[in-house]
Amino acid sequence: MQYLPNVLFAVLLAVTAVLFAKQASKIRRNILLGRDLDRSDNPKLRWKTMFMVALGQSKMVKRPVAGLLHIVVYAGFVIINIEVIEILIDGLFSTHRVLLFMGAFYDFLIGSFEILAILVLVACLIFLIRRNVLKIKRFWSREMTSWPRSDANLILITEVLLMSAFLLMNASDSILQERMVEHFSKAGAFPISSFFVPLFDGMSTDSLIFMERFCWWFHIVGIFAFINYLPISKHFHIILAFPNVYYSNLEKLGRFSNIGAVTNEVKLMMDPTATPPPADGAPQTFGAKDIQDLTWKSIMDGYTCTECGRCSAVCPANQTGKLLSPRKIMMDVRDRAEEVGKNIDKHGKDFNDGKMLVNDYITAEELWACTTCNACTDACPVNNDPLAVIVELRRYLVMEKSEAPKELNNMFTNIENNGAPWQFPMSDRLNWAKEEQ
Amino acid sequence: MSQLVVPTMAEMTAKGETPEVLFWVGCSGSFDDRAKKITRTMAQLLTKAKVKFAVLGTEEACTGDPAKRAGNEFLFQMQAFTNIQVLNAYNVKKVVTTCPHCFNTLKNEYPELGGNYEVMHHTELLQILLNDGRLSVAGGKFKGKKITYHDACYLGRANDVYEAPRDLIAKLDSEFVEMKRSRAKGLCCGAGGAQMWKEPEKGNKDINIERTEDALEVSPDIIATGCPYCNTMLTDGVKNKNKEGQVKVFDLAELVAQASDL
Ligand code: SF4
Ligand code: SF4
Repeated sequence: MQYLPNVLFAVLLAVTAVLFAKQASKIRRNILLGRDLDRSDNPKLRWKTMFMVALGQSKMVKRPVAGLLHIVVYAGFVIINIEVIEILIDGLFSTHRVLLFMGAFYDFLIGSFEILAILVLVACLIFLIRRNVLKIKRFWSREMTSWPRSDANLILITEVLLMSAFLLMNASDSILQERMVEHFSKAGAFPISSFFVPLFDGMSTDSLIFMERFCWWFHIVGIFAFINYLPISKHFHIILAFPNVYYSNLEKLGRFSNIGAVTNEVKLMMDPTATPPPADGAPQTFGAKDIQDLTWKSIMDGYTCTECGRCSAVCPANQTGKLLSPRKIMMDVRDRAEEVGKNIDKHGKDFNDGKMLVNDYITAEELWACTTCNACTDACPVNNDPLAVIVELRRYLVMEKSEAPKELNNMFTNIENNGAPWQFPMSDRLNWAKEEQ
Repeated sequence: MSQLVVPTMAEMTAKGETPEVLFWVGCSGSFDDRAKKITRTMAQLLTKAKVKFAVLGTEEACTGDPAKRAGNEFLFQMQAFTNIQVLNAYNVKKVVTTCPHCFNTLKNEYPELGGNYEVMHHTELLQILLNDGRLSVAGGKFKGKKITYHDACYLGRANDVYEAPRDLIAKLDSEFVEMKRSRAKGLCCGAGGAQMWKEPEKGNKDINIERTEDALEVSPDIIATGCPYCNTMLTDGVKNKNKEGQVKVFDLAELVAQASDL
């Protein structure tokens, strides 16, 4: 009986690890369904970008209020989790505050954790108010249906509960320490939880022990649950933000990819004597109709999207009431990748559910509203590139389906016939030089 | 004013000469009435600065930018290869253009297809010419005038050119006011991505109106642009707001030309 808690803890830990590994490997597989793209160049600049944008959150602070609060939550979250190392050892070996041999430094650590905990708690409360009471616009747009809204709230509430449990645990612990109860050796500094001590005044030692244990278990089980909630949540960005920023596009934003297969064909058309390069495998679709035609990086973008809506808040089309929302583009990529992944799990690799990313998720009306202005990519705090997806889907509509809007087809015809998007002959190109100012 | 002399690459090559820079005029600059004025002004400035320049003239064709942004990669690459053949045949090294879309395409997308040139936006070249004293501006012309500047997406966000246009305005000795949304945060005029050629999708406002409101908010006398499309969109916006009497939309080349008494 004596070892029951340790065994229970070990089992929970193992289950958490196995479940998480399973979910993470599925996401990895789904991301790798995408097309190849080499982003291994320039590691120095990549590390630097990751350091600045992901770790340093340089793009978050462009909206100062949300940015600073987010840094509090993020720093708090990361630093307080150092405490989890101790919790793991204590849980597995029935020790209590095993790290207290560090003495004054330990006190300093626990003290700082408490201060961070209360900051995180307050920041999360403010975030909840911003979302649910102030109803900030970007959290209530069309694609923010009930699931994304609940997802965000759930995470915030969980954080509040975890931080409360941590502080209440410390409060009851500190009283037990005062009462010199066996096992509860004197350790730690409690600058914040000491304020909660009066709450427990006059409680019996047994109830306090129960309280302390309850909070301890609640905290760690909460964390275990949270870890396995991540993969189905937008909160997965706390992990993927790092590789996603590392592999971000380092080129000038205006540079769109040139399709290599098209280059080969055009070269052949212009010089029929040229030898065609050896065809490698099945001919690829021009552009993308589904996630398999996107690059793996675009799918990773989808999984990394924090659903913050900063992209859509600066999108000229979205702001003027068009259907297009770059956030929705990213969310659709993820949802479709999840759907395709589930199909593979259930029916095998070659199953076709008759659906596509284009039309079934993202409509032509959305796609044609984009001005390719790059405001979304510039604004995204995790360096997502919604525009890359939009362009691939447009390429599919135009090159595979010939489904461009009529006016654009006219523009294409003009360029083809007379080298300008309007119907002016090439021979008139220098007329401006002869006209009067 | 003396007659504008615009040599073509063909003529220059025939005479065995090479220009300092190729002036890439672009489709808008060749055919749109408003943009043609900007083209002429730029040619005059180049002439005045004694820059040995040439144009492709009837050998120039669309860079393919609108086709590419609209997803027609075939057409884009056809245009690109055709243009690259011409440019490489003339051994062109340096290009200047008044259109940020041409600028972006020539600079960023042609190299991979075999077209490697040093490409400049005209505001960058004008900045150099003024700094080197090859052009000069007389003070006073814009004294007390409020000028705001609209960042073209394909110049600013797409290529990080923010300073050259602002530096030109600073040289004009005017009162410069920044719009609330500017530089990387600047709002698109609504014409990019091939929108210029189609009706906008259903919404509650046109993008150029939204952007014009940004500009009018700082009550400028002049809205400066560096892109023929932005110019069209904002001119329409100002008209829509019945402000064309008070607020003028000018290309930066035109402002420099006015200040250098062209
Ligand atoms: S690039 Fe397209 S989707 Fe992105 S902000 Fe501009 S218009 Fe919106
Ligand atoms: S794409 Fe980027 S900016 Fe847009 S919602 Fe996702 S994380 Fe936010």
